[in-house]
Amino acid sequence: MTATDVQRTAAPDLDHVREALWQAVRDGDEYRASDTVVGAVDAGLPVESALLDVIAAVQARVGAEWAANRLTVAQEHAATAIHERVIAALGHHPRHRPPEPHGTRVTVVCVDGEWHALPARLLSEVLRRHGLRVDFLGAHVPVPHLVSHLHRTGARTVALSATFSLHLPTAHTAITACQAVGVPVLAGGAAFGPDGRYARTLGADAWAPDARAAVDVLARGLDRPDPLSCDRRAVSGLPHLADQEYTMVVSTRRQLVKETLARLEERYPPMRSYTHQQRERTAEDIGHIVDHLAVALYVDDPEFLPRFLRWTAGVLDARSVPARSLDPALALLGRQLQDFPRASRILHEARAALDHLLPAPHPPGSGPAA
Amino acid sequence: MLLADPKGDVIDLNPAAAALLPDAVSGTRLRDVAPAWIADAHDRLLPTVPRQNAAGTEHGSLGDRTFEAHSSRTPDGDVLWWLVDDTDRRLAEAALDGERRRTAFLARASSALLASLNLERCMDVTATLAAGHLAEAAVVVAPARGHRFPVTSCLEGGSPVHRTVRCDPATVPGLSEALSGFPPVPSRWIDPAGIPDWLVPDDFHGPVGSAVVTPLPGQGVPAGALVLLRPDTRQAFSESDEIFARLFAARAGAALSAARMYAEQAAITSTLMRELLPPTLHEVHGVEFAGAYRPSGEGEHVGGDFYDVHPGADPGQETLVVLGDVCGKGLEAAVMTGKIRNTLHALLPLSEDHQRLLGLLNSALIGSHHTRFATLLLASVARRGRTVRLRVTSAGHPPPLIVRADGRVETTPTRGTLVGVFRNISSTTADIDLSPGESCLLFTDGITEARGGPLGDEMFGQQRVEEALAHCAGMPAEAVVAHVRMLAEQWVGRNRHDDMALVAVTAPRHAHLSAVDGHTRGRYTA
Repeated sequence: MTATDVQRTAAPDLDHVREALWQAVRDGDEYRASDTVVGAVDAGLPVESALLDVIAAVQARVGAEWAANRLTVAQEHAATAIHERVIAALGHHPRHRPPEPHGTRVTVVCVDGEWHALPARLLSEVLRRHGLRVDFLGAHVPVPHLVSHLHRTGARTVALSATFSLHLPTAHTAITACQAVGVPVLAGGAAFGPDGRYARTLGADAWAPDARAAVDVLARGLDRPDPLSCDRRAVSGLPHLADQEYTMVVSTRRQLVKETLARLEERYPPMRSYTHQQRERTAEDIGHIVDHLAVALYVDDPEFLPRFLRWTAGVLDARSVPARSLDPALALLGRQLQDFPRASRILHEARAALDHLLPAPHPPGSGPAA
Repeated sequence: MLLADPKGDVIDLNPAAAALLPDAVSGTRLRDVAPAWIADAHDRLLPTVPRQNAAGTEHGSLGDRTFEAHSSRTPDGDVLWWLVDDTDRRLAEAALDGERRRTAFLARASSALLASLNLERCMDVTATLAAGHLAEAAVVVAPARGHRFPVTSCLEGGSPVHRTVRCDPATVPGLSEALSGFPPVPSRWIDPAGIPDWLVPDDFHGPVGSAVVTPLPGQGVPAGALVLLRPDTRQAFSESDEIFARLFAARAGAALSAARMYAEQAAITSTLMRELLPPTLHEVHGVEFAGAYRPSGEGEHVGGDFYDVHPGADPGQETLVVLGDVCGKGLEAAVMTGKIRNTLHALLPLSEDHQRLLGLLNSALIGSHHTRFATLLLASVARRGRTVRLRVTSAGHPPPLIVRADGRVETTPTRGTLVGVFRNISSTTADIDLSPGESCLLFTDGITEARGGPLGDEMFGQQRVEEALAHCAGMPAEAVVAHVRMLAEQWVGRNRHDDMALVAVTAPRHAHLSAVDGHTRGRYTA
């Protein structure tokens, strides 16, 4: 916290600042966005609150507005870029710079393939303001780069961020790699589940539900794994993967999607008159189901796929596509994977969950519009 | 061999037993002449063991040796004690057991030491393991950086403490030799009284009783020294302790020198790499620039795509943007991009004339021994009022795309010959005006040729780039780059892809009032 934050007490109304930032972001006006946030901080809003209660909140709203089909993908990406600029503006602001680092060294990183870098970026900024030495490696950091960074810097802890649950297997690779070089991992982000259950499944040393909780954990510090037992942790893993079902689904993904698409067209004649784009959307939807099925197999959680389907149903519904249309794809996939007990069970339970969600049958439609 | 009656009196004993129990003669009480563990066993077995049966085996010591005592009852009811000296066997067993534990420890210590290539972390692990298994306290001293020595100390059961110490190692016998790695000396006992304070951890209990300095043998480079300390309340180090310490030191030394070499190599690599990495772009003279770069390989930092923005000397001068693609991938291609970037930097004064610039670059490339060639885009950018004016020239590169304020997407009409192959090259330059909110996107074919999509094997293609760009009217340069890049990256997913590079040049939607220094934003009018 800077001296300015302490001196001023009458902080501006959060709802008001959030609304103003939301308007600026929706209009794609980065200067107005910057001025809104910097102005609020000038008027007494603590920087941490600006980052977590304003920017993070508006970013969450951006995601929700996209899901509700009130924002395009391009607007969503623009919002993210604008938020990045606002954070940078706060970081360089002469009156709101973070203090000189004095705490332990933390590496903040997104799982490779994760393009939602903003949560990790916000965490880095907040950690800096708590005096920690932070290396923010950003999005798209391949695990070998992360490990060589750890060798080079000797960071005490890694904070690993993942938003999109499809990245959980990669997150597992990152977690085991960090632990193998003796660095404990704090996992955070929506991908790890609302209760952090996948952080536990994947053997993370800690999990935090939000940035403030993460700051608490990291400021306290995590115990380093016992050096003499590092090699044992590397041997223990996820025993359910021994059935090879995850590997099989991942390696045959392309065939599964093509086959399912072809069978759908056989069954539902209207699909044959789909435009190229509609067909691509449908293929995308099937691809997402296969990808989530694979991760459900990886984390061995029967609730994983239904949770994705509930979310997808909402997204489809906002685009006037009945969620019921997902069922035939699930059924066709189930048929192709009938020799695989875990995959069959997961698909069966997912269909039951979907059945619960919506009543009347309907032919498959186009997926979420870009 | 000793015979005693049920009452506990000695009946007879042979000369060997007499030598062990000098007070024992016929008629003395067993309890008076033999150790209690034999007398107790004698009393215990009488009611339980019938005559003519062998009883159990007891174990205990006589003087400084240990014995097994086998008892059996004679037909008369007396007890015959056979005393067997097992001192050596016991010692051998204890030694073997100790050796097993030490070997197991060394094996696990090796994997623990090999886990990290970070020097400080290796010192931590070395000190922690040594303090837990070799002595009450361990101090690792690394070779000096300047006059300062990195030192990590650890107490048994404690956490390692790292600090740097300014000291003269010559004051500690054996330390200088151990630190310089030459001459190769064995570990050395040192007089506890002569140990300087900095070598004793703060929380060490009581005065140091014994201390030994063991060199950590490196691989060609000295790795440091391990100092083991025991308080005076504990037994001094034995010879086997010292040998064990040296076995451990050999492993720790190998790990520490590997970490040191890795750190040196990594420093060299990152210094060289810094020159090859694409620059971070920002606003220059009221024009927004943003770039994104992703090399092909997972382990790669650099590749054959590159971009640079060379700011004009003042707002009246043009800023030159270069984006290019050298044939090939990985480090070799990156080295070539470095040469091209340097050459272009030297040719900046000629950037008025794109054709001349490309001609000189072409000659330089043909003249060099490299067989690689490159495609390039040059864009000279200057702001005139609220309009941003560009002169764009392609040298064999896909032409940039422009998104207009109303979302229309246009292709820049420029074409030309790639550089580094033909003696004579030609190109055409296109003049473009960007109104506020309009962007020009320069990209490499890694974007359009990215294979993936829902079916896994389709190219992203020009069409999708244009569709993506159509949504970018009025967006800041960073958002334009982020949007196209994210769509292309989602499209490839986990598939292999070529290097990808993108640069957006954007006319800001809002006009700045004050001049901008290129690093901070100025004031603006809405």
